[in-house]
Amino acid sequence: MSKIVIIGNGVSGITAARHIRKNSDDEILVISKETKYFYSRTALMYVYMGHMRFQDIQPYEPWFWEKNRIDLLEDQVEKIDTASRSLIMKSGSDVKYDKLILALGSKPNKFGWPGQDLKGVQGLYSKQDLDELEENSPSAKRMVIVGGGLIGVELAEMALSRGIEVTFLVRESKFWGNVLPDEEGKLISNHIKEHHVDLRFNTELKEIIDDGTGRAKGVITSTGEEIECQIVGLTAGVSPNVDFVKDSEIEVQRGVMVNEYLETNIPDIYAIGDCAQFNEPVNGRRPIEQVWYTGRIMGETLAQTICGNRKAYDPGPWFNSAKFFDIEYQTYGIVSAQRADDEDHYYWEHSDGKICLHIVWEKESLKFRGINVFGIRMRHHLFDQWLKEEASIKTVMENLKTANFDPEFFSSYEAKIVDGFNLKTGMNVELKKKNWWRNLLNA
Amino acid sequence: MKIIKNLGLIIFLIALALFTALPFFGSYSVESREAVEQTLKPEEMALFGEEFIAETQGKTYSDSWGIVSPALKVYHEKNDALIAAQDWGNVVYSTDKDLGLRIARMSQNGPVSQNKGLFLFLTFGLGIIGSLMWIIPNLILDGPPGIKNDGVYHSSATNRGWIGIATAVWLIGFYIVLYFYPWLMVESITVADPVKGLFIAGQQASQWFLYGMLYVVAMVVMGIRMYIKYRHNKYQMVRTTSVLFFQIIFAFLLVEILPIFGLPGKDLKNAMPLDYTFLYKYNVEQLLDAGMFGLFLLIWGFVLALIVVPTLVYFYGKRWYCSWVCGCGGLAETLGDPYRQLSNKKMWAWKLERWLVHGVLVFAGLLTIWVGWHTFTALSGPDGGDGQSTLLGISAYNLRDWYGFLIGSIFAGVIGTGFYPYFGNRSWCRFGCPLAAYMGIVQRFKSRFRITTNGGQCISCGNCSTYCEQGIDVRAYAQKGQNIVRASCVGCGVCSAVCPRGVLKLENGPEEGRFGNEGPIVLGNDGFKIEV
Repeated sequence: MSKIVIIGNGVSGITAARHIRKNSDDEILVISKETKYFYSRTALMYVYMGHMRFQDIQPYEPWFWEKNRIDLLEDQVEKIDTASRSLIMKSGSDVKYDKLILALGSKPNKFGWPGQDLKGVQGLYSKQDLDELEENSPSAKRMVIVGGGLIGVELAEMALSRGIEVTFLVRESKFWGNVLPDEEGKLISNHIKEHHVDLRFNTELKEIIDDGTGRAKGVITSTGEEIECQIVGLTAGVSPNVDFVKDSEIEVQRGVMVNEYLETNIPDIYAIGDCAQFNEPVNGRRPIEQVWYTGRIMGETLAQTICGNRKAYDPGPWFNSAKFFDIEYQTYGIVSAQRADDEDHYYWEHSDGKICLHIVWEKESLKFRGINVFGIRMRHHLFDQWLKEEASIKTVMENLKTANFDPEFFSSYEAKIVDGFNLKTGMNVELKKKNWWRNLLNA
Repeated sequence: MKIIKNLGLIIFLIALALFTALPFFGSYSVESREAVEQTLKPEEMALFGEEFIAETQGKTYSDSWGIVSPALKVYHEKNDALIAAQDWGNVVYSTDKDLGLRIARMSQNGPVSQNKGLFLFLTFGLGIIGSLMWIIPNLILDGPPGIKNDGVYHSSATNRGWIGIATAVWLIGFYIVLYFYPWLMVESITVADPVKGLFIAGQQASQWFLYGMLYVVAMVVMGIRMYIKYRHNKYQMVRTTSVLFFQIIFAFLLVEILPIFGLPGKDLKNAMPLDYTFLYKYNVEQLLDAGMFGLFLLIWGFVLALIVVPTLVYFYGKRWYCSWVCGCGGLAETLGDPYRQLSNKKMWAWKLERWLVHGVLVFAGLLTIWVGWHTFTALSGPDGGDGQSTLLGISAYNLRDWYGFLIGSIFAGVIGTGFYPYFGNRSWCRFGCPLAAYMGIVQRFKSRFRITTNGGQCISCGNCSTYCEQGIDVRAYAQKGQNIVRASCVGCGVCSAVCPRGVLKLENGPEEGRFGNEGPIVLGNDGFKIEV
């Protein structure tokens, strides 16, 4: 029986721990400096907004860990001694390991802005960030958010729920410009403005102003404007949280370097989740993937390897989801912000400007490549299958009714969507009647 | 907008305070011997009428307790003496509730009984106006349509804070008075007289009429709140319309209208064993006396419970009843909606739930057998006989009394609704309702209904579990890619509504694959398959 130590109790570390326990009797220890119990990082916003209490975003009750013999340690690892296979802890103690899993997560980016370490300047990543935001909130009248991505919108929604006004600085000319095509970027921008967010495109943060006591009192933007605010939210992406690993023998570039088996350069040491950087891209994906789902898949995969069933990381077709204020977003496959030359696309938007569908396929072969939906839910199973079997765009459009995952009685837009599609492409897709979705599954 | 809202709150609180204070508005005295003779039944009059008249002569009481308690005291003294003497022919079987309320009604004086319309407006009227002024501005104040649960856990009304506790105390007090001491609320019942009079001119309201009216008003007002809150979600809009329809038409109007035509005022959707009085002797006799319609009701009662209920649960899940038709469910889904997050999600609560709800089902089953046997032997026996009320040494009357007290009153009313702000809005439906237990067994083992989890899209945020009024840990299934197939699910659809990632969908479909992902690996990972 060996001792497996996991540093980090986020989704990747905990998924690994659960699956290792399913397949082995090894001793498992999870170390976290952040919280005792695993919680859903993506749900921090709901605690702040009062939708849930902190205990509600913990997916397992406290007895779960004891019952499954997953030991928990609240402490901070200062140093990894790979020679003696031990961790030197902040509390002074030593922790031995046979196998070590680094699931270290990320930290918010700071790009050397003057004043970035003042009080009232913060990101939103950890429980500690949430606590800090609670402290900063009561006296705040305005928050300036820097960086136009998912966490920025979440932070804006949070601030507004407490009556704090928001100015949102976005470097690009549209919202989430590196991910969303123009059409969707515009739709979401309009929705953000509908919520009375002061949204500024092509504007960067230049400097944060000190009020004289070490606390932020405003920002100066790249246009020279001074905006008074009490909180500055830094949401310009995250990077792997790997500083303390750099002093060890483990190879680190931006993240902890791993091969497709999630193995580092040191035997019996692995890295998963946000902190892992693949030395060669897997399935054409980015070398660092900071997404809930990929963290979970890495955890599932590594648990197999640890338990003697060596498996490479092999995520299926890309999928993701988010919610921007009131508008849900799902994506399956690849819909790039900039369309490739060999691609064709079709965009449909409802007249209320809050529902849209954007679908992309390969021009020549008509192979379906990806879909973005806003305000419509779609079935993961069917799109996963269509992407794997390289289904034709026609197959997808024909079966749109069956692929729909909206609740019962919701308005259905498939007929309009397919009509528009036929009109634009000259194809002659006939929308099929709604079928029981499992009838379309192969297996 | 905010001013309108706050003004509404003030108006509502004034109406509520007035309604609560009504018992202290009247004064009570016996006007004449004739009045007593008209109010008391002959056997009651013979038993203690003279003593009661002597006791109360020339006195005025400031509350109904004052006049009712000496009456009940002398009634019980006299009656107990007869029982001790085994003088069964003269023993009187009146209940305190009924007798007390009649005496209070007879003796009441004061502003309320003389200005019923005015007080109806000041309590119900102002209450409705005030709450609508509080609710309707949310259309604008809450921003664009969408899930708005901001501040639910910051508000003391909805996080078991002092407002929540005060609300619970009020509701519990209301139910205790309603069920056990109705004469205390005689002034409040009087306020409902003008509405009762719309159905049968001049007839007085009972405590059950007042309760039915309050129930409908609460459901409609809070139903309007649901329409505003979920205006982006058609499932919730349609479902809210359905519960309002069944409550207003079937549970309230028909029950009042049928007697106008000399027919039994029954709630046609109230199914056994939730309706535990169906086979009681008096009920069956009443139905048999009511001609073809009564016979229809008698047959319908069996068809509903034994055929319609399980068939529809097979096709649509128990939601067709619990969150679309049922009155208890209807109140929970409207008045109770602000409290849904307070249901307990812990594993021990689920264990307790299975013991309790199935225990009540067994209790209800036994009760049905006993009273059924009693009714059957009475009706098939010689005319006028009471049949065999005792089976295996246990009296059907005793079972009736205990079930009615423990389950019908304490569990369904006092705990079920009184504790909304503490245990959430479905504690009766989850822990106590025998019909829910019966349908739950069908739903779990033989039904086309499930909540489908959308592949690997769950982010374990916990909104679904938090807002599940039945305390199901929805997330525990969703994050594993499993579907939710649970006996207790009432299909309210709120888990699907609050999910920020579009992961949950209530569906009816072939039973194959009903439980969803069976393996440990969630959709999205193509690295390997694990056979299970």
